[in-house]
Amino acid sequence: MAKVRALTGNHAVSEAMRQIDPDVVACYPITPQTELMQKFADFYADGLVRTELICVESEHSAMSASVGASAAGARVMTATAANGLALMWEIVYIAASTRLPITMTVVNRALSAPINIHCDHSDSMGCRDTGWIQLYAENSQEAYDHAIMAVRIAEHPDVLLPVMSMLDGFILSHTMERVEILEDEQVKAFIGDYTPLYPLLDVDNPVTYGPLDLQDYYFEHKRQQIGAMENARVVIPEIFAEYGNLSGREFDIFERYKSDDAEVILVCLGSTAGTAKVAIDELRAGGIKAGLVKLRVFRPFPHGELVEALSGARAIAVLDRSASFGAEGGPIHAEIRSALYGRTDIPVYDYIYGLGGRNIFVDDIKNVINLALEGKAGEMNYIGVR
Amino acid sequence: MKKAPGYKDIPIGGLIIEAGNAEKYETGSWRSFRPVRDDEKCIHCLICWIFCPDSAIIVEDGKVVGVDLDHCKGCGICARECPKKVQAITMVKESEFRE
Ligand code: SF4
Ligand code: SF4
Repeated sequence: MAKVRALTGNHAVSEAMRQIDPDVVACYPITPQTELMQKFADFYADGLVRTELICVESEHSAMSASVGASAAGARVMTATAANGLALMWEIVYIAASTRLPITMTVVNRALSAPINIHCDHSDSMGCRDTGWIQLYAENSQEAYDHAIMAVRIAEHPDVLLPVMSMLDGFILSHTMERVEILEDEQVKAFIGDYTPLYPLLDVDNPVTYGPLDLQDYYFEHKRQQIGAMENARVVIPEIFAEYGNLSGREFDIFERYKSDDAEVILVCLGSTAGTAKVAIDELRAGGIKAGLVKLRVFRPFPHGELVEALSGARAIAVLDRSASFGAEGGPIHAEIRSALYGRTDIPVYDYIYGLGGRNIFVDDIKNVINLALEGKAGEMNYIGVR
Repeated sequence: MKKAPGYKDIPIGGLIIEAGNAEKYETGSWRSFRPVRDDEKCIHCLICWIFCPDSAIIVEDGKVVGVDLDHCKGCGICARECPKKVQAITMVKESEFRE
């Protein structure tokens, strides 16, 4: 049976890592992720995991060590945030392109400059085209659950792509919440043993990793990656359903909160979805048919399912916690509009909010929804900027 | 020309899963200089055989008998490494072998 614990988001993910007991973990601190690895290092020091813990000298090395260990045939995990992810970038792309099922938690934090340790999604959104599967958590419970499911998704033979699971820096990482922790044996049975496809350490079946590809085959390898992402669309819901049965919690590629009969639908991801639910309840109490679609899986982006979920609305408001400089709106907005293009002409309004950890309140969200419903919003809007 | 295999037919991630298949890649087409060995001068020390990065020096019964032109890419390492007092290998422009 599951145990109910009071845990910070960071601690919840470290518990998932302890239960997963990966073969190799590459560890490097960065606020607000530091506490996550620190907790895991405690488990390691206490002999609670069999993991090989590699304390590296930078995030670039953390991802490089992860790639090496994964190619060798190990089940590998790591974690980072913001500029740490930015420093990893080169190898983040290589990990996905080499089809290594590494899983990594990203504790979302604004990218420098100017320096800022608080939450926005500029770090992971900047990585949206690296070929990693991306999951976003609303709360610490989901951060825990996603970390466990990520292993199964990544290692699925039809997928073999790394998975990045996000939780909002400080808002979740450092806030204590009620979290249900499965039994260790349940997690072990769920993730199962990892059988790598082409382990470098299998000297009887030698393989070459990272050879020259050039014009001859590079395009074909990219085409394979696109196919693996498409396969993930099929695999992810299966794994969500299986874990749903195990945990008693429901997981969908995105959550529909009172959106079925809604006239206006808000789309967002991360912890803001919790605030949005309160706003929607209050609007509904005042007779406004508002609903929420909370994205969980951002890569692969569930465009087909979203068209179906959003088509009944009169207006759609999107909340983006990162800017895409020079683009028409933020990353989520661009995806939503692209998904709806040619299929419906519902107006989609984008709101950039919360950059660098700027707070968002229930009243802000109610205002956004009202303006969208009245058609009074511009195409690009900002919440709380002076 | 035979069509190269498509994305469904090749290993994922750019991996090469067949040991020793570099032999199938005929690097001989890269060559602009061809090593020509003077059998009179050659002392069969096999230094060229050791240094050749493409295993293109053909040796039989401990003696150099020729160059595998399908794989020799014309780098000239053999000519450079052949002992100074022997200098049995000359690099000759590939164009001189064309009719
Ligand atoms: S030229 Fe280079 S590739 Fe050709 S035989 Fe000499 S060493 Fe080998
Ligand atoms: S290095 Fe020169 S002398 Fe020695 S085997 Fe090769 S060609 Fe002959």
